[in-house]
Amino acid sequence: MDKIVCTCGNINPAGTELCESCGRPLNQNISDKQVVDMRYEGSARRSQTYKTTIIDKIWNFFSSVKVGMWIIGIILIAAAIGTILPQVFYVPATNEADIAAYYERIYGNFGIIYYELGLSDLYSSWWFQGLVGMLGISLVIASLDRVIPLYKSLKKQKTKRHISFLMRQRVYGTGEVEEPIANIDQAEEKLKTMRYKVKREGNAILAEKGRFSRWGPYVNHLGLILFLFGVMLRALPGFYVDETLWLREGERLYIPETDGYFLESKQFIYETYSKEESEEVFGDAIERVGSIAKNYQSDVALYKGPEDAVAGNTEELSFVKEASIQVNKPLKFDNFSVFQMDFRLDELAKMTFQLQDKETQESFGEFTIDLADPQSEYPLVNGYKVEILEYYASFTEFVDGIPQSESPIPNNPAFLIKMYSPEYPNGETSFVMIKNTIEPLGENQHKLAFQSVETRDVSGLTVRKDLTLPLLGIGGIIFMIGVAQGSYWNHRRIWIQLLEDGQVVIAAHTNKNWLSVKKDIDEVSKVAHLPQYEDQQDKEAKKEKEEGV
Amino acid sequence: MDLVSLSSTLLFIAFIAYLLATILFGGAVKSSSSTNDNSKSYDRWGKAAITVTIIGFISNLSYFITRWIAAGHAPVSNLYEFTTAFGMMVVAAFILIYFIYKTPALGLFALPIAVLIISYASMFPREISPLIPALKSYWLTVHVITAALGESILAISAVAGFIYLLKNIDQTKKTKERFWIEAVMYTILLVVGFVVSTTTFTIADYKAEYTYVGKEEIEETMVYTMPALFGMNESVAVAENTFEPLVEMPPIVNAKKLTTVVWSIIFGTAIYILLRLILRKRLSLVLQPLVKKSNSQLMDEIGYRAVLIGFPVFTLGALIFAMIWAHEAWSRFWGWDPKEVWALITFLFYAVFLHLRLTKGWEGKKSAWFALLGFIIIMFNLIAVNLIIAGLHSYA
Ligand code: HEM
Repeated sequence: MDKIVCTCGNINPAGTELCESCGRPLNQNISDKQVVDMRYEGSARRSQTYKTTIIDKIWNFFSSVKVGMWIIGIILIAAAIGTILPQVFYVPATNEADIAAYYERIYGNFGIIYYELGLSDLYSSWWFQGLVGMLGISLVIASLDRVIPLYKSLKKQKTKRHISFLMRQRVYGTGEVEEPIANIDQAEEKLKTMRYKVKREGNAILAEKGRFSRWGPYVNHLGLILFLFGVMLRALPGFYVDETLWLREGERLYIPETDGYFLESKQFIYETYSKEESEEVFGDAIERVGSIAKNYQSDVALYKGPEDAVAGNTEELSFVKEASIQVNKPLKFDNFSVFQMDFRLDELAKMTFQLQDKETQESFGEFTIDLADPQSEYPLVNGYKVEILEYYASFTEFVDGIPQSESPIPNNPAFLIKMYSPEYPNGETSFVMIKNTIEPLGENQHKLAFQSVETRDVSGLTVRKDLTLPLLGIGGIIFMIGVAQGSYWNHRRIWIQLLEDGQVVIAAHTNKNWLSVKKDIDEVSKVAHLPQYEDQQDKEAKKEKEEGV
Repeated sequence: MDLVSLSSTLLFIAFIAYLLATILFGGAVKSSSSTNDNSKSYDRWGKAAITVTIIGFISNLSYFITRWIAAGHAPVSNLYEFTTAFGMMVVAAFILIYFIYKTPALGLFALPIAVLIISYASMFPREISPLIPALKSYWLTVHVITAALGESILAISAVAGFIYLLKNIDQTKKTKERFWIEAVMYTILLVVGFVVSTTTFTIADYKAEYTYVGKEEIEETMVYTMPALFGMNESVAVAENTFEPLVEMPPIVNAKKLTTVVWSIIFGTAIYILLRLILRKRLSLVLQPLVKKSNSQLMDEIGYRAVLIGFPVFTLGALIFAMIWAHEAWSRFWGWDPKEVWALITFLFYAVFLHLRLTKGWEGKKSAWFALLGFIIIMFNLIAVNLIIAGLHSYA
């Protein structure tokens, strides 16, 4: 398309509506308007100029604020729908069938529909993420479409503007005054004291303030784009780790995904507020709700191993540091953080039994089974011996005579054992549970008598690495700078001009807060006697102005 | 007097001061509407009103600080404390805007809202509770205070919008607008209904205990402090002669909360009907003379300005600081918890507001409705999400 040459001689890019230099309207549509749209200074925006090819159409679609607001609106509504019932990650079930059953059991038919429609995992659905992607695209395109032409025309604007530009401003007035030149001088002085940047060209003044606030939206959009980009990066391998680690007291485990780091739990501490220590202030609250948790803490030691440590060579671990991991106080090393997230108190660790004669209760020795590492044989003195045939950590029931264990966590340990004695060199078989014993192959002479148990606490830790955090942080900071810039300042311009015919013209534009710019003009008028002006968009305003409050 | 009761007394003084200031602002609005010679008397009323407001605010702030010292942590850790702080900040935001625009009409409406918020807060358990581990974080304090401040500045925009609408809606014609503005009045009275019903039953010392079967099929007990309109699943009264619930609810419904809601509606509606019978007018029409002399353009500008000031503060507090805290406490900066999602919704909503206003020229009534709706979303997040949708943040 062709460039547009204005009467004043300035060559404007195709699509320009108001001459970048003098402000004359460049086509009939614009000159028909009483007030021109000044949002982008009538500059040539791609979306308003090219409308034919498919690329133009896509560009124009995403650069439209209307479309952008629809996208945000739909995201908003979808986000709200996702809060009606808890999302899957808050549901105490792990596999699909259990999750579905949970929604049905707790929420009935509505729950099933919610689940079936995928609303129970809405935020990770393809369409929700697609909408967020479209938001990102829209942000990029809408910003590019506007910021470049806006920048150019604000840079090129001349102090002296054509009357056809001034008369189409929302705030506009013209008239004769007694001493026009002196008044313009006074206005210039006054505007300077009001911290306007004043430019003068003969008898024309352009007073401008806060232009940088015009870049606010673009800066904040840039921040948002960086943030969204950061969120997307997490999908790439290496940027993001999210693992769970259950660590028992005394246990030392490899920290998943790390470079040979091991964590050992010294102890887990669970504290509640005692009524005595804080009676005066907290007494009532503790009285009402019962016990209130005070602290969850895992005291740990961090070790680093050599290259092959992960493969099992844990002999040469070197101690790195000790730490107390609390809620809100993660352990940090390299790019990793380990968080205190969960715990289990008093998990069975060791069980001690005595081999006895059932009748006489005579003891033939004691032994202790480490539930984390049960041995296959426990030899006792004088030819007595106990052999562990099978270990069921979390025994539930017999199915067709076969014992079932629902997990490897020792919630309800049970053992299938053989007891060897001089009387029974081939052994007697017994199924030993807590508080109960079954003798599957007939009456035995011996039994295992349960003596004592040792327990330990388990820390539920989350291992996290998130290399996108710096990018998210920078995005957040840039966003805040941008919104502050655009919200706490605004761009005001006041033009005052003495025309050839002796008329003084005053016009003003601001991107927001019209009341304030009018107040500024009134201030100037007090000392410089400028002609009356009118808000051409809001005739009612004038009427009300006298009324007060 | 110990610190805790000193603190409560200070809050009470603030409460009274706000009521008094409301009346004084009423005087300022009234005298401003007479002839010009009265501008002196208007000045006097206005000055007295803002002075009393500031005294109230200082007392309110002292409540906050003394309670902070007594508890050893910022008093924003339960529903009562948080909501009270929110009420206080609404006053702070009002004072800020008042010094920019000097509009008594704004005070006449903003202060009663603050009073109502503080009354609402007082209906919840008021004792100081110690912090659970997750709440022990410097970032949490910063997050909650900043978010509440942002929300209260946004609330002022709704007040300005409300005044704008009261003034500009033609009450002589039967329109949708006329209906909705009255609906807003009614909604405010529902909150009054909650306060009145809770207070009534508290004074009557009503208590009834029931056992019921919860959604995890475990038997539990529940103490009602209002006559049980709705019973929990398979509920059975513990004592004899207890009022039997009228309707039994399925296990997912918390019938106790539902009972509270319905009692609030009953009381609120009764108050509404009573007022209508006494005044013989729509309530919005009753208020209209108070705003007759307000300058619409000014109200429109205040509404927008308040969003411009409040939006960045809200974003910083409710999203950015929240993410930093969430990262320290829960190991992830964002977890799609309902409260988080509703903060995001609020953010997106006001973003849309700003865009439509800036680029589509949505001024006047449209903008005023938007501001009002924004406040409703904020209150929804504050009240409903806490009470109905349980999540990490549910205090109750
Ligand atoms: C969550 C998403 C978004 C946020 C938080 C956001 C934020 C903002 C803010 C705060 C402003 C300044 C408003 C004012 O000063 O009153 C603004 C302006 C603007 N935004 Fe957005 N925005 C978002 C998305 C979008 C999208 C998707 C579009 C695309 C159409 C868009 C287009 C614009 C435009 C055209 C302006 C005006 C620029 C100017 O006048 O120079 N924004 N945005």
